[in-house]
Amino acid sequence: MDELLTILKNNALEKPETIARMLNLSVDEVKKRIAEYEQQGVIRAYQAILNVDQLDLNQVTAVIEVKVTPEREGGFNRVASRISRFPEVQSVYLMSGAYDLLLFVAGRNLKEVALFVSEKLATLDGVISTSTHFMLKTYKHHGVLMETESADERLQVSP
Amino acid sequence: MPTNDSRSLHSFIARHVVDIPRSGIRDFFDIVSTMKDVISLGIGEPDFDTPWHVREFTVFALEHGATHYTSNMGLLELRRAIALYVEKTFRASYDPEKEILITVGVSEALDLALRALLNPGDEVLYHEPCYVSYRADVVLAHGRPLTVETRRDNDFRLTRAMLERQATPRTKLLLLNFPNNPTGATLRKEDLEEIAAFARERDLLVITDEIYAELTHDGEHTSIASLPGMKERTIFLHGFSKAWAMTGFRLGYACAPPELTEAMMKVHQYTMLCAPTMSQKAAIEALTKPETDVKVMADEYRRRRNLLVRGFEDIGLPCSRPGGAFYAFPSIGHLGISSRDFALKLLEEEKVAVVPGTAFGACGEGFVRCAYATSMDNLQEAMKRMGRFVKRLKNS
Ligand SMILES: Cc1ncc(COP(=O)(O)O)c(C=O)c1O
Repeated sequence: MDELLTILKNNALEKPETIARMLNLSVDEVKKRIAEYEQQGVIRAYQAILNVDQLDLNQVTAVIEVKVTPEREGGFNRVASRISRFPEVQSVYLMSGAYDLLLFVAGRNLKEVALFVSEKLATLDGVISTSTHFMLKTYKHHGVLMETESADERLQVSP
Repeated sequence: MPTNDSRSLHSFIARHVVDIPRSGIRDFFDIVSTMKDVISLGIGEPDFDTPWHVREFTVFALEHGATHYTSNMGLLELRRAIALYVEKTFRASYDPEKEILITVGVSEALDLALRALLNPGDEVLYHEPCYVSYRADVVLAHGRPLTVETRRDNDFRLTRAMLERQATPRTKLLLLNFPNNPTGATLRKEDLEEIAAFARERDLLVITDEIYAELTHDGEHTSIASLPGMKERTIFLHGFSKAWAMTGFRLGYACAPPELTEAMMKVHQYTMLCAPTMSQKAAIEALTKPETDVKVMADEYRRRRNLLVRGFEDIGLPCSRPGGAFYAFPSIGHLGISSRDFALKLLEEEKVAVVPGTAFGACGEGFVRCAYATSMDNLQEAMKRMGRFVKRLKNS
């Protein structure tokens, strides 16, 4: 992967000026390349990673396994993109193994998610079955630990 | 026997130990550790955590009884893994049965090499500024330190001509460290070839401390052990502290021809017995699993190096571009202040800790060592503070 993307993936707020220094490039070159990645759709968005457990949001997240009948043309794509349109659906992945699609769905409470599954999801053409699991606690999200690591234990000065 | 009188106790201490000055690093550490909220560029060890799979495997090894002595040479499985790794990375092949000795860090390996080889008064030729232990280790082994000074105008590289000027008929060993602590200097293959030729012509043995080899930022690292006719006269030292971020595991190794390994083994056997068993297990895990750990850290050090070098340019501290390790060695000589005073004042006024260059040899006067084993945010903040500080010095 382009090192520029590695840096942004670690910290989307890194300034082009700083990135330019790290990579020995000009600031203009860095800005140009970021703009290109955005245009090509390689960079889709910049988001903060939150520790939602700390926020008391009145929100639950469900992980839902979905079995789907593939269509003759397009396979799983049409169903998957229909499902992706629902705003309560956070993530959608096509999977190998015992089921086909894996969804992350957010709702205000258990009932709201249950309603989404029974009324919106299960009734879609092509959806054969669903299996819903509720998330209880987040330990790590997108590579980021939700607990602060212990402080620097190193000696302040060493050879 | 008088025991309560400290002056007479002092008279019991061996003369050569008394003669070794207190380390400039320890001295500075005592001052820094009394202060709070310091950004430290004074730390000579990685800020990264030891890769998790290594830590997890160590716990597993402990649970499964890796708590006994190993053979004096170290676990054969580890020596085999090291032989493969050194062959692949450094292009020097060693027999794991007879030519590899597992030690308590490069620190012990160096001590063993010196004690195994030096008769009282034998000279060890090495380059300064250098790692703080070299001089003391030579003296403790009853050798005579003989230094050559590397200079900033030559990017702190070592050349054959410099060695030629210093060597005498009593010179027995040449001690090298590239990439270098504290300058970050690296050598080109051509430089090494000339140094190797010098060692062969003068019939010197070479001890090469390549603990920072994986953290080479520009070009490729060459080991002197891989050059023609050199393996026979080289003791190659390496360890897991830096590139694998495993300082506290205390694990290193020496690779050398069988006779030399055997001699070091004798000292090791009677003084250390063996390196910690759980650490040896951890090292097997570190070496035999894919090396992305090391690459991810090395890439980050290189980016920080780039940032820091530009930062020094901006604030007007001349600094030669460190080719490896995680140290920069900017010059402060033009500011009309000693390295020690610079470091003390910077600490006092801006709460940034750097190490006075003199901790690494007298020729380190006029420089400070800045370790970039700290986060990018810390580095940027430290640069800002140093910039302010230097500006004030210039105006005063
Ligand atoms: C050049 C050099 N050699 C050896 C060491 C010590 O390494 P170890 O932890 O393997 O004893 C260090 C540590 O700072 C070093 O910089």
